[in-house]
Amino acid sequence: MNYENVLCRRVAQVPPSGIRKFFDIVNEMDDVISLGVGEPDFKTPWSYTDAAIYALRSGRTHYTSNWGLIELRREIARYQAERFGPEYNPENEILVTVGASEGIDLAVRALVEPGDEVLVPDPSYVSYMPCVTFAGGVCVPIPTDMDHGFKLTPEALRAAITPRSKTLILPYPNNPTGGVMTAEDFEAIAAVLRDTNIVVIHDEIYAELTYGGVRHVSFAAIPGMWERTITLNGFSKAFAMTGWRLGYACGPRELMAILCRIHQYTMLCAPIASQCAGVEALRNGFDTDFADVRRMVDAYDRRRRMLVQGFREAGLACHEPLGAFYVFPSVQSTGLNSEEFCERLLYEHRVAAVPGTAFGARGEGHVRCSAAASNAEIMQAIDRVKEFMDTLRA
Amino acid sequence: MRQLELSILDILTEDSRTPVSQIATMLGKSTSEIADTIKRLEQQRIILKYPALINWERVDVEEVEAMIEVCVTPQRGEGYDAIAEQIYRFEEVNSVYLISGPYDLLVNMKGRTMRQLAMFVAEKLSTIDHVTSTATHFVLRKYKNQGVIMEETKTDSRQKVTP
Repeated sequence: MNYENVLCRRVAQVPPSGIRKFFDIVNEMDDVISLGVGEPDFKTPWSYTDAAIYALRSGRTHYTSNWGLIELRREIARYQAERFGPEYNPENEILVTVGASEGIDLAVRALVEPGDEVLVPDPSYVSYMPCVTFAGGVCVPIPTDMDHGFKLTPEALRAAITPRSKTLILPYPNNPTGGVMTAEDFEAIAAVLRDTNIVVIHDEIYAELTYGGVRHVSFAAIPGMWERTITLNGFSKAFAMTGWRLGYACGPRELMAILCRIHQYTMLCAPIASQCAGVEALRNGFDTDFADVRRMVDAYDRRRRMLVQGFREAGLACHEPLGAFYVFPSVQSTGLNSEEFCERLLYEHRVAAVPGTAFGARGEGHVRCSAAASNAEIMQAIDRVKEFMDTLRA
Repeated sequence: MRQLELSILDILTEDSRTPVSQIATMLGKSTSEIADTIKRLEQQRIILKYPALINWERVDVEEVEAMIEVCVTPQRGEGYDAIAEQIYRFEEVNSVYLISGPYDLLVNMKGRTMRQLAMFVAEKLSTIDHVTSTATHFVLRKYKNQGVIMEETKTDSRQKVTP
């Protein structure tokens, strides 16, 4: 059978993730320190795991409502309102999803007609472009750069908007750059959007992970923006629950009804045990002023400083990330491109980092290094990067 | 206490060997500020010692450990302090806590044999004035100590590279 003729061309043409190649190489090697992991190194706090085990033992093994458990949606409503401001009705404005990843797919599919343009800051998380392509849309990257802290600027946004622009994805705090947007930054973006019909998808999965006194701002909290914003969040990063696959989407009921319709026919519901763990994560958070989250954020904060200083000492320009748990140094001064730098660092010095190009063309010249590694690993990785830089200069 | 001091204590509790320069980087402060702060914490006897946490069960030595509940009659003007001192002055005694509940002092101690510990309790501890009773519990196994699960090896089950 000629499979090329049977596969959907639009889908099959999307290349595999640029991370895949590195993953395959790293897996074959020993003694590699990996700064390439995009998930917390902390285990899920035991009380959440225990809540899930208790739920299973109590026979909670069935489907939930398509929207998710109402007790979870109520906690999410309280969480979003108290932590970030925007208010949502748990009955019909909050949809529990299988990770924020499903939320991206649902939001894009609910909004995008074939040929519609979706604006995405570049570099950004790897899934936006493929999801837009799968939906038949056209991904329009908007360049961001280190000099502007990898923020989306109103000028760049305005320049990218066309009559076909349907949606703007706002991934802040940003993976891979660590860039964050302040209320002021968002006000400027809102000013550009006010005269348009563009709907914003704010992926705030790293909302809890901000540093240096910066507090995360929800785009939906900017005056006039609630009506046009779908907010995506989840439990993976802040609560160290990646493997549970639990996230949620919030927005105006008219939009959420359609996200839920896709979800109801494709996913049905998020796993019930994960939802029960999510309830515990939020209730425990309210009871302890989110002590688990603060403990982990403190650790990432310290490690991100170690990485930034380490890269700077090694002679690489490095912007100070104020969100997420990545640092994104520039390797341009070495004369190597991102991929060459990462390959040689891996083969010659046994440190895995991810080439910036995996996150978009504007990631060229940068590498992403994760702070989700132990202090000892980070110190050792930095020593190896310094050795590598010494050999490059020699 | 200032946030900086709390952060330093947090880092040293996790790993007391963390170099001053690394703590400085982790907290975005100068090396001298960290060194001065640690020195002050030592002078104030907030940091007392930098010990290692050892799993003695894996060390080939004969040793037993016991938790001893001690009931006492507090003394006028001195409360529990004087009796506690009479107990904690013994080198054999590891720790002495005043606690709430049905007994008053919880004493932790180590010895070479059960008999040696039992004799200590019978001859030294229970004969102290105002000690009204003791109950000795020998430690059979430590599952978790100082926040560390004793027999858990750290494995990273994450994929090595993920987006």
